[in-house]
Order: sequence, then C-alpha cells, then structure tokens
Amino acid sequence: MNAALIAIALFTVGTAVAALSRRNLLHSVLLLAGSWTGVAAFFLWAGAEFAAFAQVLIYVGAISMVVLFAVLLTRRSRDDLAPEPAARGRAFYAILTGTAVAAVLLVTVGRTAFPPGPALPPVLTVGQIGDQLMGPQAAALLVVGVLLTVAILGAVVLAARDGPAEPGDRR
Amino acid sequence: MPPLLEHLWVIPALPLVAAALAAVTPRRGRRFAAGAAIAAMLGALAVSGWALCLALADPAAHRVANFTWFALGEGAVRLGWLLDPLTALMAVMVSLVSLLIFVFSLGYMAEDGNFTRFFCFLSLFAAAMLGVIVANSLLLLFICWELVGVASYLLIGFWFHRPAAAAAAKKAFLVTRIGDLGLLLGLVWLYDATGSLLLYDGGHGVLEAGVLAGLATPGVAGGLAASTAIGLLIFCGAAGKSGQFPLHVWLPDAMEGPTPVSALIHAATMVAAGVFLIARIYPLMAADQALAGVPFHALTVVAGIGAITALLGAMIASAQHDLKRILAYSTISQLGYMMLALGVGSWVAAIFHLLTHAFFKALLFLGAGSVIHAAHHEQDIRRLGGLRGPLRTTFATFAVGMMALSGVPFFFSGFWSKEAIVRAASEWSVSSLPLCAALAGVALTAFYMTRLMCEVFGGAARSPDAAHARESPPSMTGPLIGLAAGAIALGFLGTPAWPWLQSRLTGTRIAPRSLLEGGGLMALSILLVAAGLAAGWALYGRRPRTTAAAPDPLAAAAPRLYAFLGARMKFDELYAATVGRLHAFAARLADFLDSRVWDASVRMLARLGERTGAANSAADSAGLNAGFDAGSARIRGVGRAYSRAQTGEAHGYLRVLAVGFVVLALLALLGGGR
Amino acid sequence: MSSLQLCLGFSSVLFAVGLAGALGRSNSIIVLLGLELMLNAANLNFIAFWRFGPAPAAGTGVLFVIFAIAVTAAETAVGLALVIAIYRHQHNIRLAEAVRLKG
Repeated sequence: MNAALIAIALFTVGTAVAALSRRNLLHSVLLLAGSWTGVAAFFLWAGAEFAAFAQVLIYVGAISMVVLFAVLLTRRSRDDLAPEPAARGRAFYAILTGTAVAAVLLVTVGRTAFPPGPALPPVLTVGQIGDQLMGPQAAALLVVGVLLTVAILGAVVLAARDGPAEPGDRR
Repeated sequence: MPPLLEHLWVIPALPLVAAALAAVTPRRGRRFAAGAAIAAMLGALAVSGWALCLALADPAAHRVANFTWFALGEGAVRLGWLLDPLTALMAVMVSLVSLLIFVFSLGYMAEDGNFTRFFCFLSLFAAAMLGVIVANSLLLLFICWELVGVASYLLIGFWFHRPAAAAAAKKAFLVTRIGDLGLLLGLVWLYDATGSLLLYDGGHGVLEAGVLAGLATPGVAGGLAASTAIGLLIFCGAAGKSGQFPLHVWLPDAMEGPTPVSALIHAATMVAAGVFLIARIYPLMAADQALAGVPFHALTVVAGIGAITALLGAMIASAQHDLKRILAYSTISQLGYMMLALGVGSWVAAIFHLLTHAFFKALLFLGAGSVIHAAHHEQDIRRLGGLRGPLRTTFATFAVGMMALSGVPFFFSGFWSKEAIVRAASEWSVSSLPLCAALAGVALTAFYMTRLMCEVFGGAARSPDAAHARESPPSMTGPLIGLAAGAIALGFLGTPAWPWLQSRLTGTRIAPRSLLEGGGLMALSILLVAAGLAAGWALYGRRPRTTAAAPDPLAAAAPRLYAFLGARMKFDELYAATVGRLHAFAARLADFLDSRVWDASVRMLARLGERTGAANSAADSAGLNAGFDAGSARIRGVGRAYSRAQTGEAHGYLRVLAVGFVVLALLALLGGGR
Repeated sequence: MSSLQLCLGFSSVLFAVGLAGALGRSNSIIVLLGLELMLNAANLNFIAFWRFGPAPAAGTGVLFVIFAIAVTAAETAVGLALVIAIYRHQHNIRLAEAVRLKG
C-alpha cells in the first residue's frame, strides 16, 4: 500500500516543483495539470472515487483550460520572460519560508500519535453522496450554485473590455 | 355736623386747583394764571370767613370731621379736618395776606418772563399752608408741611439761573430738612406710643386728656416723659421752619427770592407754621408741666431757644446793611418772641403776636419791595436815602409798619401783642431770663428799625438809583395801605382791657383788666422803646450819612462787635467748618468706598469671571482641543504607520502570512500544545 | 510511520511547494497556480483524514472536498479575470508592479 502512495507522492511533488520553476508559462501549466492528475490518483488510492473524478474533470479539464486562456491572453514579448535582478533574492527567501513551513508541519505530523485507522477504504457510493447533497447539505449546494453564478458573472465583467479600445490592444 | 365742617378741605383745594391750572397755562396766559390764583384766594378767604363765624359761635369746641384714608392690615390710616377758633383765625389771616401779596405781585413781577410759573408756585404754597392749618391729622399736617417746604424751595430759587438763588434754595431746603427729621421721628414715636395721629378723635386723639395722661409719665431715657421727648422732637421741625437758633441760617439767604415771596413766606406764613404747630399741639407740650422729678420740661427748652433767638436776631439786624436782610433778621427775632411766649405758658400771646406780625412784617417787606422796585433793585441801605419825598405812600405805610414792629405804644398792634408776651414772660416762675431777653430785644428792635428808616428814607439820595426813584403803581401801593390798616386795627382785638382774641382763642371767658394793672412793666417797655428810638435817631437821623462809603457810627463805637455782628456771628462759617466738612468727608468716604471698594470688588468679580472664561477657553483649546488634536494626530500617525504595511505587494502579504503561521506553530509546538 | 502520517507528510510538502512557488515568482499566473497547489494540498488532507480517521462512513470528507473544488474553481476564474484586467492596465503580469492599492 505505502509503495503506491510514495510513488504518487513523488510524482505529484515532482511535477509541482517543476511546474513552479519553469520560465515558460505553458510548460508550467501543463506540468501543473500533471500534478493535479497525481492528486486525483491519490484520491483513487484512498477510495474517494467521486472526488477523483471531480478533480480530473474540473482541475485538469476546466481550470487548465482557463489558465491557458489567461496565459494566451496576456502574452508579451520575450523580454517578459527574462529574470529580473530581484528574483534571486525573492526565490531564496521563498524557498526558505517554504522549508520552514514544511518543517513545522512535518514535525507536527510526526509527533502526533494518530490512532490507527481501518485497513480497507470505506465504501461511499454515489447514491449516498447524492442523498447527502440533496438532503442535509442542500443549503450548501444551493449556496455553491449561487457562488458559481456570481463568480462567472464577476469574471466576465472583470475580463470584459470596458471603454474604448486601448492603443496596443490587437483587435 | 355742619356742612362746612365736612367740606373744610375746600379751603386748601381752591388754591391747589388754581396752581394746577397755572401749571398748564402757557407763558402768554398771564392774566388767566394770575386771575385764577387771585380768584381762588378770594374763594378761600370767603370760606375761611364763614368758618370763622362758625368757630366763634362755639369757641371752646374743637369740631372735627375724620375719615379713613385707607386700611392698613388691622388698623387704618385716618385723616381729618379740624375747626376751632385757632384754625379759622389762621386761615383768614393766611388767605387775606396771601391775597394782598398776590395783588402786589401783579405789579412787582410784571416785567418777569416767568409770570405764570410764579403764580403757579404761589398758589401751590398757599394751598399747602392752608392744608397745614385745617389738618386734624398730624400725618396730613406733615404732608402739607413738606409741600410748604417744596413750594418755598421753588420760590426762593425762582430765579434759578442766579447761582446765589439756587444755593439759597438748596440751603433752605436742607436746613429745614434737618428739623423735619426730628418732626418725623416725633410723629413716629407718637404713633407708636398712642396708635393714632389724629389730634381730636372723640376721646382717642393725641391731644385729648386720656391719651396725654398716658404719655406724661416719666419713663424715657434720662427720666424724661414720653410727651417731653415727643414734644421736643416735634419742636425740632418747628425750629427749622421758624428759623429758631440754631437752624436760623437759611432765612437771611432766602431773601434771594423775589420780594413778594419774602413777604409771604418768610414773614407772614411759612415761618409762622412752626409757631402754629407748637400752638396746635400745646396740650402735648404742656403735658409734663405737672411732673416734678423730670430734668426739664419741654416748654422750658422752647422758651430758652425762643429767648436766644429773639436776642440774637435783634443783635445781628443792627449791623446789617442789606434792606431785606435786616428785615429777615428782624423776622427771626420776632419768631423768637413767639416761641418765647409759647415757652412761658401763653400760647395765646404767641398767636396774637403771630397775627399782628403777619400784617406788619408783610407790610414792611412789601414796602421794601416797593422801594427796591422804585430804586431799580438797589438793596444796600448805604446807597439809598432821601426817598421820603419821592415815595410818599410807601414811606407812610412803611412808617406804620416800623412803628408797629418797634412797639410804639397804644396805637399800633405790635405794641399790644408784644406787651402780652412780656407780661406772660414776667409771670413765668421758672426763670426771668426770657423776660430780660424780651426787654432787651424791645430796645434793640426799636433801634435797628429807626436806623433802617433813617438810612433809607432820610437824608439825601446817595446813589443815582435813589435819586431817580419814582412811586410804585397802585397795584403795589394798594396792598400796602390794606396791610397798614390791618397793622393798626388788629392790635385792638387783644388789649388787656378788651381781651376779645384771647377769650375767643381759648374758649374761656377772660376778665378784662385795667390798663394800669401791671402798669410798671408796661411803662418799662415803653421807656425801652423810647430809648431805642432815641438812640437810633441820635446815631442815624440827626446827622444822616452823606456818602455810601462813610463808616457806620456803630462801627466807630464798637468796631470788633460791629464786625462780628455784621458777619452774622459767623454761624455760616461755623457750620461750614463743622457740619459742612463732616458731610464733605462722609461724601468723600462714600465715594472712596464706592469707587475703590464696591466698584473694585465688582470689577474684580468681573475680571475673575473674565479670567475664568479665558482660562477655560485656554484649557479648552490647549487641553481638550490639543488633547483631541494630539490624540487624533496620534491615531493618524498610527494609521499612517500601519498603512505603510500596506505595500500593495501580494508577495509581501503572503510572506507575512507564512512567516506568521510558522511562528505561531512553533509557539504552539514549543508551548506543549498538541 | 503510519499511512496517515505519510499522507499528511505528502500534503505538507505539497503545500510548502505551492507556498514557495507563490512567494518566489513574480508572474501573477504562477502565483495563482501556487495558490491552486496549496488548496489541493488542503483537499489531500481532507481525504487522508476521511480515509484513516474515525467514522469514515459519513461522507463528510468527500463532500467537503467536492465543495472545495467547486469554490476553488470559482476563485480561479475570478482571479484570472483579475489578471487579465491588470494586464490591460500595466501591459504585463508582473505582480510586483500591481501595487496601486498601496497605503
């Protein structure tokens, strides 16, 4: 069991690191999609199939596309990709901070004595999820629906062109 | 009750109405004002005559008509009118003399621009004086008394633009005020002791036996009886009004007023009011005569003051050279005689002398007025002279007056009234000093009047004014003749052989006496009169003064005495040095207190308020505002400092979050949390 | 080391990577992607606890993850719209330049 887990973990973290360190945005997006796939694999390993499907559909499917659109809509010339002088310092401190956070979290996890869990993953059918969503969590579902609607509208408003065309924008 | 008794108030009311009419008459309405005044006076005279007839029908009675003026809590203030022979005689005298003087004023004040105002004040005075006479209530009497004082002030200062006249009016008012204070205190004491101010009130009046008995018990400080103290306090007022020593200083200065005023007020009527008052309350004054252990009796004091005044006035008159001033001091002296008569126990003699004196003194003043008018207002006798020829009528009537005043025997009224006084003084058991003073005064009176006659009418004219004198118009000489007739006729009403006046006044039958009884005294006084006349003639008549600047023969004989008398015994200087300076000091002290102490403290309070306000404002702006401003500035500063954290950089925020999380986690871990 | 601890360690590392990436890069889109990673790590945590924690039969963990994914999607959309809007103003997507909200 643990071997699969470690493999998935290494894959996910590796692609994530690679994604965030690339200069080329497109490479970053694609690598991150791979990372998200790794997360979906973990969901599967843990027995949350529905969550895994949702992850793949939404993240790898929709969000990657959205990010790609954004990347393509905000392209500039090649100078943009040149590293700036402050980048080095910032990167150093970022890695330092990340390491610190990781250390703290790992230490916490390590020191805690968790009770042992079940050996087999629990069974959760789609029907049960559906019952939950339509029943006790119906309100949350509705709110999320509204949220999504509002978000779409907001995103459209924000991204839509407002006012006359600015010079430099290609029509 | 006869109808006249209830309407006795008509007598003072008529001139009061005339005064009101004259007050609203414009300057052009001279005839109307004068006509109203004279008509009112005629009416008052008529009613007074009718009252006299009524009073003489029953001379012993004091008929009163009392009424309530207003209620005061449980008590009431009551006023009333009194009708008895004294009232009626006085009313007739006052209205007759006033009438004659009003007529005289028509001519005397003809050139004055304030003619209507003069008659208004004259009528006001007459109304007030008649009010004093008919009043049965001491309160009403006091009100009218003060009105008399006001009218006197207005008339003395009639020519107010002259500083001397204004000062004289003020002096008269203030000096009589001092006396009036005593009068008021006496009235208050009387009211407190008896609960009434009515003179006759069916047994409860203050002059009636029951009440007087209560007052005449010794109990006041010094062993005096209440009636003595009250009587002396009331006498203060009378002394002020009647120019007795030491309150006589206003009378000579009052000569600044027009001569009719001097005649009416300061010879015949107002100055007589004091004598009248004492005569009116005579039962009260005499109530303590029966007491034995008291230090002194009220009437003794009156007699003493009267005697001093009589002598003093006569002495000073001998050394004056202003025509009216001589007559003024003569008036003071004669008023002293009246008070003397009251003091030695014969109020009838005093009233007799008052009545005769009214006529001949008014005559003398009007005569002086005629002289002054003719000589173009020259009043100094040294600059007059030789007026016997041009001013025949004036000279004749003045001579009648002079002889009446001097006491030329038998024919003239002054002799009989003065005789009555001298006789009463001789019968006084307490002391014979008043008698000596009276006799000395008789001689001096004759002396100075002779001096006056010789200087004014004798010799040759000593100034151009005197040389060009012409007789006065009939409106002025007519009253002179009328008064002269009175000066002669009145005397026969009171001779010892026919004591008509005395018996009518007292309401008892007085037996007539032979003239020769007590003739020694009469002979002595006749001798003194003759001596005075002879001395005067010898010094002034035989060799009349030739120039105005020539020295007075008396001055040559006794220079220091003459100078002292001529300076009026320095009374004014004495008063100025003592009372005047005290008053000035008090005024300065009050001014100092007012400006330095009260005013300063008020100002200090104001400044305190101001400073408090300023401090408040400063504290407000420095403390509160500045505090608030500093607080707000600090908040702003803190806000600004905090806003520096808002760099706008997303990275920074994220970094802070992460580092903060790490720190918190470390704290949790190291703190032992799970 | 139990499985749970391994899972949690995995999610912690993933979270740290996402944080380092978000902090270290100046590109706005990369920052957003780092944010995504952090959210994913949180989802991992939920599933791990759902799998190994007490009372796994109640689907609370999975449900929460579903909702989280939905919300994250909405947030990403809005965020990218913002990036586009910023791009319109500054003509690049350098996050360090977008400091107009500076106090």
